Amino acid sequence: MKNINNSEAVAPPSGAGGAVSRRSFLRSSAIAGGGLMLSFSWFSSAQAAEKVEALNLADQWSELAAYIKITPDNVVKILVPNPEFGQNVMTSLPMMVAEELDCDWKNVVVEMSTHDNVKYGMQFTGGSNSVRMYWKPLRNAGAAARQMLIEAAAQTWGVSATEITTKAGVLSHSSGKTAKYGEMAAKAATLPVPKDVKLKAPKDFSIVRNSKKNTEGLKVVIGKPLFGMDYRVDGMLIAMIQHPPAFGLKLKSFDATAAKKMPGIKDVFSFKLYEDGFEQAGFDTRTFNEMIAIVGNSTWEVMNARKKINAQWEAAGDTKDLVNGRAGKKEVTVPGRLETTSKQLEMMAEFANGRQSTKPAQQLRKDGDPETAFKNAAQIIERTYNAPFLAHNTMEPMNFFAHVEADKALVAGPVQAPGWMEPSLTKLLNLPADKIEIQMTRMGGGFGRRAYAQYAYEAARISQKMKAPIKLIYTREDDMTYGIYRPMYTATYRAALDANKNLIGFHVIGGGIPENPVHANRFPAGAVDNYLAEGWEIPSNITIGAFRAPRSNFNAAAEQSFLDEVAEAMGKDPIAFRLDLLKRAKENPVGKNNDYDANRYIGVLELLKEKSGWGKPENAGKKRGVAAYFCHASYAGHVVDMVMRDGQPYVESVTSAVDCGVVVNPDAARNMVQGAVVDGIGQSFYGALTHKDGVPEQNNFHNYRMIRHNEAPKKIDVHFVENDIDPTGLGEPPFPPVFGAVANALFKTTGKRYYNQPFMSEQPNAKS
Amino acid sequence: MAKYSLKINGKTQQVDVDPSTPILWVLRDHLNMPGTKFGCGMAQCGACTIHLDGNATRSCVLPISAIGKSVITTIEGLSADASHPVQKAWLEHDVAQCGYCQGGQIMSAAALLKSNPKPTDEDIDNAMSGNICRCGTYLRIKEAIKTAAKK
Repeated sequence: MKNINNSEAVAPPSGAGGAVSRRSFLRSSAIAGGGLMLSFSWFSSAQAAEKVEALNLADQWSELAAYIKITPDNVVKILVPNPEFGQNVMTSLPMMVAEELDCDWKNVVVEMSTHDNVKYGMQFTGGSNSVRMYWKPLRNAGAAARQMLIEAAAQTWGVSATEITTKAGVLSHSSGKTAKYGEMAAKAATLPVPKDVKLKAPKDFSIVRNSKKNTEGLKVVIGKPLFGMDYRVDGMLIAMIQHPPAFGLKLKSFDATAAKKMPGIKDVFSFKLYEDGFEQAGFDTRTFNEMIAIVGNSTWEVMNARKKINAQWEAAGDTKDLVNGRAGKKEVTVPGRLETTSKQLEMMAEFANGRQSTKPAQQLRKDGDPETAFKNAAQIIERTYNAPFLAHNTMEPMNFFAHVEADKALVAGPVQAPGWMEPSLTKLLNLPADKIEIQMTRMGGGFGRRAYAQYAYEAARISQKMKAPIKLIYTREDDMTYGIYRPMYTATYRAALDANKNLIGFHVIGGGIPENPVHANRFPAGAVDNYLAEGWEIPSNITIGAFRAPRSNFNAAAEQSFLDEVAEAMGKDPIAFRLDLLKRAKENPVGKNNDYDANRYIGVLELLKEKSGWGKPENAGKKRGVAAYFCHASYAGHVVDMVMRDGQPYVESVTSAVDCGVVVNPDAARNMVQGAVVDGIGQSFYGALTHKDGVPEQNNFHNYRMIRHNEAPKKIDVHFVENDIDPTGLGEPPFPPVFGAVANALFKTTGKRYYNQPFMSEQPNAKS
Repeated sequence: MAKYSLKINGKTQQVDVDPSTPILWVLRDHLNMPGTKFGCGMAQCGACTIHLDGNATRSCVLPISAIGKSVITTIEGLSADASHPVQKAWLEHDVAQCGYCQGGQIMSAAALLKSNPKPTDEDIDNAMSGNICRCGTYLRIKEAIKTAAKK
């Protein structure tokens, strides 16, 4: 297994941020507020005075917090600490600051911050975490800055701070005195940061929970440079890499004589990403260690020169990686075999049902006496589900800029976890952290792929060799054939029913290449007396990574299809069956270690039932499938309405219900849920990355099918459970249940159960 | 290498490049106009869509030698201030998620509305299905096109 960290546990590692000054009250309040390891180093008054910066909109900014700068003419700049990959943090995070600052949203400008572990703590996009982890710290920052402005006004006017109110960026005193924030900003910046601030109650929100347009929407629609691909500096060279054509091959030799003679080419050379013995951090996954770099003046020249390289490849054999990830430091053996999909499926089938004595799975959870329950069962339902590797296919291929000099380095580009890059870059480049500047560009999609920044390290290596600023660009083929895929998974589910059709036992055994998908403590664990969960893994040289909740999106397809089939066998309505189980888990849970909140799960299913008109006579003729799932920290469910169109199944409309706590920016949140639904339909219908002798069989969009306009539903109605729970995240949770709802609708539409993804591979005469 | 004179967004631009160079890379590398995006390099995803004499064209497979006297419009030239009805509609519906494909989507939509001011859903599907969006913003794109068609 290569660099396997649990691909779904994409949360900031505890202790991230390192040696952070303890003077910051926000850091400690954040910990008290939710166990978050975030750090905000506030400027003391003297530093603040020095930090009045000349920035792009005005010549005087007063910095009131690490995130907030105000000009005398009342412009409020809010810095966003986390990288943007389409989840709209460039809007939602500033909304949280502005809410507590009580400023006028019209006066707010937003800017991506640079990477700064000390100032901003762990800057990380992934795991549906951004809004969730900044919910209190950013509101604290806004509230503290507001308090400093009030204090500045109190001192200026000679009145008590308690007599001053704020509204939309204006300070008012009962005497009739008023001032705009800009008038008090310079003075406020010299005041001490308050030790304690009071946050608004949700009922008083006026910005949060009110839809705001994407702050970068204008730049997107007029084609302004925003993305890593768009980054450029004077004198920058373009670089590409040639990686081995198959998983399990390595570079033997190459002849670049012809390539070097091509116009515009500066150099062609091979390089090693990691030196022997390099200790990889958990997200330093790399598929190939030695590659050929081609560097030249322009992209087209480099692309053409690459075709002239005559490279020989050879079997890599078993190799070793030294990985220091979540599981601690360990040497990992990467098998050298050249994999073929049909063989992978055979291998997985051997492991699948757990009846082999030679390859025992690991027991993950056991409640009651499942063996006896299955022995005594009147009926056993057993089904096996499979899913292939998936390529992320972010619309912007991987790329990164690097300018490595003798004593410093600048790297810039699309990356989800800049904080994780820094320690590895210091080792790779032998430079101290404070000599490495990391800039984050907007990402043209991420979905987990850009948490693994090996392409940034490649760029740094190439720049180091060239002693020049370079931008490394992957072609679509490079991107799709590099690995770091959603793993290949399988799971066998078994349900034991007694003579009265009661569910008396539940067993799941799952595994994958190279990762086990089973979440042992999730529903229906806790709802069944006799329960067994087991998992196994088959190591591989095909690298894997986070993929919009990889394990969950597989599990939600398999488990939610299986529950549908069990409900059918029991003669129960699928929603009623789930609600019965959840009621059991709520009132009298089995075991103590259940990951989910049955109440929130029930809430989502009931909202979904209501909004979809489930079971209503007017919907009796519809072919509907339902699924609901919990992942990360939120709950989501969908009802999918399917029809046959031109002989093929088509999802015509979808009703979605989500509980993610407080919804910061409702319209953008609806957009994200709609997108998750479309993405989920596409991945479950068409997504697959297969292999023959280690070579990926898909390498661009002509042979890797993505959902397109004409295949998207006509309508997706999104409903949120209204509550005051602190936000629990939205990027991933709506995605997994789409797979299950689609599978269940396929059964209603075609009369056939679909056990293997991509579903259309099982559909007769499906158009490719 | 060869010298070319191109009419782009109402201006004439000179470049000296290999005749096989796709317009995508002429725009991005040689003219510093990065609004037109690289997505696949084989006319499968639509991220690189420009207008050639008003028609939606994939610039990643269009060599400069094939341009002749044709007029090029890029996303930067549709309007620089988002005053074009399609850009306005995109903002009104807050379409973008990551935003990378949206320049190409907008160019395809603008070309559609120019030739077919009142498109049906099927017309929209036919014109837009060459543009992939992994974020899944297709529904909003369709709504935005309908809004723009009303203006």
